[in-house]
Amino acid sequence: MAITQEMKPVLESATIRLGHAPNKPRKRAVWEWKIVGRAVWDAFVKLSPRKMMGNPVMFVVEIGSVITTLLLFKASSVFKFNLQITLWLWFTVLFANFAEAMAEGRGKAQADTLRKARAETIANRLVGSDEVVEKVPSSKLKTGDLVYVSAGEFIPSDGEIIEGVASVDESAITGESAPVIRESGGDRSAVTGGTRVLSDRIKVRITSNPGETFLDRMIALVEGAERQKTPNEIALNILLAGLTIIFLLAVVTLQPFAIYSGAPQTVFVLVSLLVCLIPTTIGGLLSAIGIAGMDRLVQHNVLAMSGRAVEAAGDVNTLLLDKTGTITLGNRQASRFVPAPGVTEEEMADAAQLSSLADETPEGRSIVVLAKEKYGLRGRELGSSDAVFIPFSALTRMSGVDFNEFQIRKGATDAIATYISQNGGKMPAEVRATVEEIARSGGTPLVVAERSRGALGVIELKDIVKGGMKERFNQLRAIGIRTVMITGDNPLTAAAIAREAGVDDFLAQATPKDKMDLIRKEQAEGKLVAMTGDGTNDAPALAQADVGVAMNTGTQAAKEAGNMIDLDSNPTKLIEIVEIGKQLLMTRGSLTTFSIANDVAKYFAIIPAMFAGTFPVLNALNVMHLKTPGSAILSAVIFNALIIIALIPLALRGVKYRPMAAAVLLRNNLWIYGFGGIIVPFVGIKLIDMLITRVGLA
Amino acid sequence: MTANGWLQIFLFFGLVLLVTKPVGLFMTRVFNRERTFMDPVLRPIERLLYRVTAVDEDHEMRWTEYAISMLLFSLVSMIVLYLMERLQGYLPFNPQKLGAVNPPVLAFNTAASFTTNTNWQNYAGETTMSYFTQMAGLAYHNFMSAAVGIVLAIAFIRGIARRQMQTIGNFWVDLVRCTLWVLLPACIVGALVLVSQGVIQNLRPYDTVKLVEPMQVQKVGPDGKAAVDAQGKPVMETVTDQIIAQGPVASQEIIKELGTNGGGFYNANSAHPFENPTPLSNLIELVLIFAIGSGLTYTLGRMTGSQRHGWAVWAAMSILFFAGVTVAYWAEARGNPMLAGTDQKVSALQPGGNMEGKEVRFGIANSALFATVTTDASCGAINGWHDSFTPIGGLVPLANIMLSEVVFGGVGSGMYGMLIYIVLAVFIAGLMVGRTPEYLGKKIEAYDVKMAMLVVLVFPLVILTFSAISVVAGFGTSSILNPGPHGLSEIIYAFTSQAGNNGSAFAGLTTNTLWYNAAGAVTMLVGRFLMIVPALAIAGNLARKKYVPPSLGTFPVTTPLFTVLLIGVILIVGALTFFPALSLGPILEHLLMAAGKTF
Repeated sequence: MAITQEMKPVLESATIRLGHAPNKPRKRAVWEWKIVGRAVWDAFVKLSPRKMMGNPVMFVVEIGSVITTLLLFKASSVFKFNLQITLWLWFTVLFANFAEAMAEGRGKAQADTLRKARAETIANRLVGSDEVVEKVPSSKLKTGDLVYVSAGEFIPSDGEIIEGVASVDESAITGESAPVIRESGGDRSAVTGGTRVLSDRIKVRITSNPGETFLDRMIALVEGAERQKTPNEIALNILLAGLTIIFLLAVVTLQPFAIYSGAPQTVFVLVSLLVCLIPTTIGGLLSAIGIAGMDRLVQHNVLAMSGRAVEAAGDVNTLLLDKTGTITLGNRQASRFVPAPGVTEEEMADAAQLSSLADETPEGRSIVVLAKEKYGLRGRELGSSDAVFIPFSALTRMSGVDFNEFQIRKGATDAIATYISQNGGKMPAEVRATVEEIARSGGTPLVVAERSRGALGVIELKDIVKGGMKERFNQLRAIGIRTVMITGDNPLTAAAIAREAGVDDFLAQATPKDKMDLIRKEQAEGKLVAMTGDGTNDAPALAQADVGVAMNTGTQAAKEAGNMIDLDSNPTKLIEIVEIGKQLLMTRGSLTTFSIANDVAKYFAIIPAMFAGTFPVLNALNVMHLKTPGSAILSAVIFNALIIIALIPLALRGVKYRPMAAAVLLRNNLWIYGFGGIIVPFVGIKLIDMLITRVGLA
Repeated sequence: MTANGWLQIFLFFGLVLLVTKPVGLFMTRVFNRERTFMDPVLRPIERLLYRVTAVDEDHEMRWTEYAISMLLFSLVSMIVLYLMERLQGYLPFNPQKLGAVNPPVLAFNTAASFTTNTNWQNYAGETTMSYFTQMAGLAYHNFMSAAVGIVLAIAFIRGIARRQMQTIGNFWVDLVRCTLWVLLPACIVGALVLVSQGVIQNLRPYDTVKLVEPMQVQKVGPDGKAAVDAQGKPVMETVTDQIIAQGPVASQEIIKELGTNGGGFYNANSAHPFENPTPLSNLIELVLIFAIGSGLTYTLGRMTGSQRHGWAVWAAMSILFFAGVTVAYWAEARGNPMLAGTDQKVSALQPGGNMEGKEVRFGIANSALFATVTTDASCGAINGWHDSFTPIGGLVPLANIMLSEVVFGGVGSGMYGMLIYIVLAVFIAGLMVGRTPEYLGKKIEAYDVKMAMLVVLVFPLVILTFSAISVVAGFGTSSILNPGPHGLSEIIYAFTSQAGNNGSAFAGLTTNTLWYNAAGAVTMLVGRFLMIVPALAIAGNLARKKYVPPSLGTFPVTTPLFTVLLIGVILIVGALTFFPALSLGPILEHLLMAAGKTF
């Protein structure tokens, strides 16, 4: 069905409502006007000292602003200068608050749409053990309650299906508009409050109390209400606080030195110097970076239960990836027909096709497709009169067709061998050789036989490795991450697929316990492990892993064990999660470097301005040739404030990340943010100085 | 600058490079308690010491026990030295009959000074200290404060190298082994070599000799100032005799350099011909100052299993050394712009450049080199007057100390000072590559950063605070002999030198006063012990951590890039902290001198 022009808005609105398209994150504009408006207001609200205390750097700026504001009332010959300094100091604080509010605003917008999904619904709760139903508001549901949900109704709260099958529209949570199947038992039984049943009727046991539902947690997460500082953020905050104290000492003691030298300074000048020196750029943007990092995950449809997990993702050494669905496409496909001696390829293909015409399994269909594509054999309609299909049974482990006088069977090697010997034949050695060769190369051999002619040949079924996986694993290797493929296949097959996919290692015939042991072993070596999982038997391993990403389609147990949930249920997402984790740390580190490097230029602007009046020789340090002492100091303060605004987009988007070795990455970032951090303010302060002297502000 | 001058600088540095590996390797064996060729002689002595002092040599200490042992040991040693100074009149080996060190606050300052490996001297050795005090008090501390520094560096390195362990070694065992194996043998041999060059070693009373030519000198009044008569004319007197001080100099000289102590037997320190008679003795003393600091970089590499990292750290130190010596040598060789027109060129007849306050035996290159080396390390020995250097030449020693003396540094203290910078550099670098920062497999977390920042804070806290008080309070400014920016430089230098446990002085400042003695003592104690304790805390914390194997995603600490980053962090932290103060001191003085004004 083609998407018509009229349908497009509908599709788009489905996406926009959720703020993201499935699988592919929508590039958000940094400046969305609705968010900007709210952020401006919030910037003022955040001036409350109680809120500022959490950020020592900006708190110092606020105290400085208050002091200069109070001193404004003292008559001064340089009132115009003092006023401007005071205003720009306030702007510095406001800009930092604005950055944080912008980051929060993006989450808040998302939370608002989620809240709509949480809107009160009426649930049909079962009373006692009878099939008696009472209507209660969804907010009254408690863990253990049983409810019925019918087609068209919203599922009132998180729960587990204990009876029935239904197709569910989960777009409110995942953004994916295609309905998903949920059924009792197995790994697809969890349902989420706020999603809608499209067909059938299910009986659900509620698994969460009011206020603790998945949707509630999701809202809290995207809003950043529960945001706690992550370990690296705490460490960085300590570094910044330490630097602030050092600069406080440097500036406070400068006044005695200045008095000794006969050039005492005004409080306005000293506060300006202090504010320019302390790392306001990173201090002002730090929490915005953290919030934006979480937000980026949300845009990728991943919910991180803690910021700690996001940071851990950046540190991951080993990725455990399930083979099926992650590395390979879900199903095996026929890739080759190898005829037995004395059988032509066409005969073999014909027999293979006949045996599979009624085989509705994906493997069976792929045989028909291969016969058509490679040998031009079209599908035939076989009347039920002259053909009897033999479905696969666990007993015979074969399937096939009885057609006229022919009896064609296909199945695993030993099953067919038994079939042939029952009919007085023998499996030719060549066929056995082919079978072994296919198994060794990672394929699955299916032998085709006819009752009277014996073995006709072998069909090779192969796992199809998803496109681009090899490149991604190469990228991961380049950043020092080892990938391990987990599979239930035998070691031979696993090795072949591992080679083809380009993973570093594999765990064959893996049981949940093997998986757990592997994680423990890696962790004992000091490595951090990330994995994805969806089944209940994955839960212990998900809990043990440093980064455990549960698929949203998975069971409640899996979702609770992991520390992230992928709403798209796309296991490959792990790679993006790692990148987002790294990007988060890199953004912090780079802006810290930038912020500190900036100080060099600010010294060269302010120190000569402070003392050149008394010691004209110090003008030699005025390398930027700033017009007057007043314009120099003002320019530095203005630059210091504006750079916060200028870097908001970078803080929200994160610095660019491309997979490469740490040494190269560091060199590049040192050039851009270290060296650039030294140069940029020289240029910026000079330009501002030219501008404000031109318009007569200084 | 001359080719000959550079040749001597390179010769010196070549020798430092040469001793790095053997010294480092030897120390590794000593502190790992492995066999060395000296064991047959020293092991019995060591065992005896443990038996007498009831030390269990197999007992391992947590960082807290290690720190407390070190602090108690230092406290007791300090009190003993104080009492010795005050009671030396009653003690033997005092041919000059010197009385108690007075005032008591001077004795306190000196006790703190030698305990902290600073050797700041508000007194002149030959007129204040008896031979007994010099030998049993000051030389003892020269050995012990050096040993304490070295074992702390070793404890820190163990913290990095050990995995999931609670302990970082045994303080007493480390101290004993450091003294017996490393310091004593080297000093016995070294002292004899110095004696061969003419350094004296005796217990004789001072000699009195007749001057060849009687001299007229200005009389000194009872207030200690030069005497003037009613008309303001100087009162002169004729001197016909000279007293030549004697003493056990060589034994003290050798540990003064090897242990980066720097406290001279005589007031003139290594400029005195009995302490440093020949160019060869000068070279030996210079190499000794760097020997252990440089060797420790090798020990770092060896013990942590990353020799290349050891060399990367060594390279950072070397680059900073060359930067310093180049600027100092250039500034001094360039001469004084105020004397433009006068011949300041190098020739067969004169060394050229700014020779004020320098020994003709050593000339420009070796004086600039000595000033750089003694402040790169926290030695503080001098062979020329830093006060008389040009403003930029004098800025080099000052800046070296302000960078926390991590260029080879004080024995041990340079290494753990550097390790603090490495922790910070690695932290920033780790974030920039998108990983929780790691250093040689150990994650650097909030606790480590907090302790590292505490260490970094100590310097600006004591230097800037005490200097600021001194330049505005009467009790501070009354000591200033040179006005203007030079006076500011002198005060800042005094507190910087004491905070850095260096001990060299800019002079020009009367520091034997209640304020400077007391504030100085506090500065030295804070500068030493407030840095050591958080550094040990990091060591203990790192030892506990799990080892994370390096991967391509880990920022390597073995590359030139790491060296550059480390230098960058050192310079940025130092420059940002002290630039405002320096701009009103040496920088302003330099610019004013260029404009024709001196102080």
